Amino acid sequence: MIEAEADTPILDVHDMTVAYNRRPVLWNVDLTIRKPGLTAIIGPNGAGKSTMIRSVMGLVPMVSGTVTAWGEEIAKQRHRIGYVPQRGSVDWDFPISVFETVLMGTFGNLGWFRRPGRKQKELASQCLERVGMQDFANRQIGQLSGGQQQRVFLARALAQEAELYFMDEPMAGVDAATERIVFDLLKSLSEEGRTIVVVHHDLRTVPEYFDDVVLLNVRIVASGPVDTTFNSANLQATYGGRLSILDTMAEAVQKQKETE
Amino acid sequence: MSIATVLNKSATLFGAKTPIPFEGLTTKIAELLSMAPTDVQNAFWTIAVGALCATCCALAGCFLVLRRMSLLGDALSHSVLAGMAAVYLVTGGVEPVPMLIGALIAGVMTAVLTQFVHKAANLPEDSSIGIVFTSLFAFGVVVVSQAKHVHLDLDCVLFGDLAFAGVDLRPMMGWLWPHSFQSLVPSLVITLLFLIVFWKELRLTSFDPVLAVTLGFSAGVMHYLLTTVVAIVTVSAMGVVGLLVVALLIVPPATARLLTNRLSTMLWLSCLLGTVATTIGYFLALKWDSSAAGLTAVVAGIELLAAIVFSPLDGLLGRTIRTVRLRTRICAEDVLAGLFRKQERGDADAGVAVSTVQECIELAGNGFLAAGSIRWLKTRQLLDHSGNRVSLTARGYNYGRSLVRSHRLWEAYLHENFDLPHDHLHDPAEAMEHFIGPEIQRQITDELAAPAEDPHGREIPHIER
Repeated sequence: MIEAEADTPILDVHDMTVAYNRRPVLWNVDLTIRKPGLTAIIGPNGAGKSTMIRSVMGLVPMVSGTVTAWGEEIAKQRHRIGYVPQRGSVDWDFPISVFETVLMGTFGNLGWFRRPGRKQKELASQCLERVGMQDFANRQIGQLSGGQQQRVFLARALAQEAELYFMDEPMAGVDAATERIVFDLLKSLSEEGRTIVVVHHDLRTVPEYFDDVVLLNVRIVASGPVDTTFNSANLQATYGGRLSILDTMAEAVQKQKETE
Repeated sequence: MSIATVLNKSATLFGAKTPIPFEGLTTKIAELLSMAPTDVQNAFWTIAVGALCATCCALAGCFLVLRRMSLLGDALSHSVLAGMAAVYLVTGGVEPVPMLIGALIAGVMTAVLTQFVHKAANLPEDSSIGIVFTSLFAFGVVVVSQAKHVHLDLDCVLFGDLAFAGVDLRPMMGWLWPHSFQSLVPSLVITLLFLIVFWKELRLTSFDPVLAVTLGFSAGVMHYLLTTVVAIVTVSAMGVVGLLVVALLIVPPATARLLTNRLSTMLWLSCLLGTVATTIGYFLALKWDSSAAGLTAVVAGIELLAAIVFSPLDGLLGRTIRTVRLRTRICAEDVLAGLFRKQERGDADAGVAVSTVQECIELAGNGFLAAGSIRWLKTRQLLDHSGNRVSLTARGYNYGRSLVRSHRLWEAYLHENFDLPHDHLHDPAEAMEHFIGPEIQRQITDELAAPAEDPHGREIPHIER
């Protein structure tokens, strides 16, 4: 399905700048993903990793730049793109069962007003099975452990049947067993020809699991295949502190300093 | 009594000409209870109005509570006054239909203005709600106090007329119905339609608005639709219960949430709880000649309190019972472990640890659960008790040995993995021994390569399998 569009990149982020309250937090980001696989976005705290995927998804407005998927605007390709937010982003006390949560993944393809039918329910069950959570289908989501909650989020993403996924720290606060399950799942998804972009915080596991890596610190420091890009020089440049001029500039833009 | 007077009046006005629904039923009930038919009829319709009002409020209120927008209900009920005042300023009259429209517009404006203040002034959402609705309410109060020559019924706005709801019957479609049905029935229909049509979208945007947006559903549209429905419900219910509509919007859903983890159950349960509150509130008001709306809110509060205490999910009572049970078990296990140690030390009589009730109570920690824990042991046949002579049964001996094994294994484990002085080992082991089952015993044994002694040099008792 992706072969037919071999010439247009799967994802093309061009010159994207993002600001909160006019203060830029991401500068001139360029990123092109041409072939399916697993990509990690890494960088220190406050580097703008989550912001980057949130603005690619259209959840945070961009100041400038364009984002296209398969050559079209993200809004037009939403049904092919899945987003897995950070676990802390929802109210886990909400009276909803594990199964109902996963079923929500199918809503995007249903659109407004259409109700999930047998097909959607079967898909949700399969997705639950794939993350090994079928025994918890009727539990209220608040009764799950952190790792189990993360697996439910992943099952929900699977139910979206997307070709391109953005995941915000799916490995944050999960136990070793869950991490293993999550990575195996991501691997099999990428073997099915899907593209997965993961905000990641654990440098040790990058070479083991990912094909490509994006090193980010308010700007793109380097991006490319793990073999050639994930080296100590690039890591030093990413984690070795920010470019202080950028901070000064951000403040200047926010305060609308005049250039004399 | 004033209710009776009004009732007679309305009966003479309409009763002779227009039929009243369920009149036969109410007359029969009156005969059964040997009460005046008009009293029963009045009660019947008041309960019906209360139920309708409570149901509308609860259905919409569930989503306010789940979306943490409870304050919005409060805001809407107050800003409604501003809407009515504005209509009065513009039209100079107090016709019901323009009033209703004005109140609705004020309700939706509250939501819009709140978002505006929230974004423009960069204030937290709750602060902006507080600012907007108090300002609007104040505007309403000023206008109403100026309009002395026109009777704008502030009492009715503030307290509603639940007590008279069953008396104030008006002809509609050839029958006599309570006047409030005119606004309550459409508002229930709108609420139900809204829930049915947008069920999927409403749940999605309430639970995970970010996912909703990435799936192509507008969380903002759902927010304003819900706000509009809440405004409609608030305006129609205020005629019955006044400003205390907030109690019906928030309290029954919050109570239902304590009692269930399912959204569908929460919805019907909150309707039921609200209806019970209006019904009991009305009867108490009759009895004490007091405000029906006020008593409804009080009853709803009592329901909430009862749910906090008795909820099967995580009620205080259940939690207390579980704590007492656990404590009793711990005290009882302390007795078993103590008796086992005594026997181990050898000051036992022919291999059987003999003790007194007094000593057992001491081992159980002398607390108020000590006596209960001895009973716990006897019913489980872990202790033999004749006269003042207490000894371990064979089962009790094994149980005590397993506890002491857990205790010493944990000490060994701590000693191995933590850099703790010897006198720091006993207390944590004393706490942990009650939670170490055979499985964890096995894991520790494996990890420490089957230790024979604890760090103090005492033998770790074995268990035959």
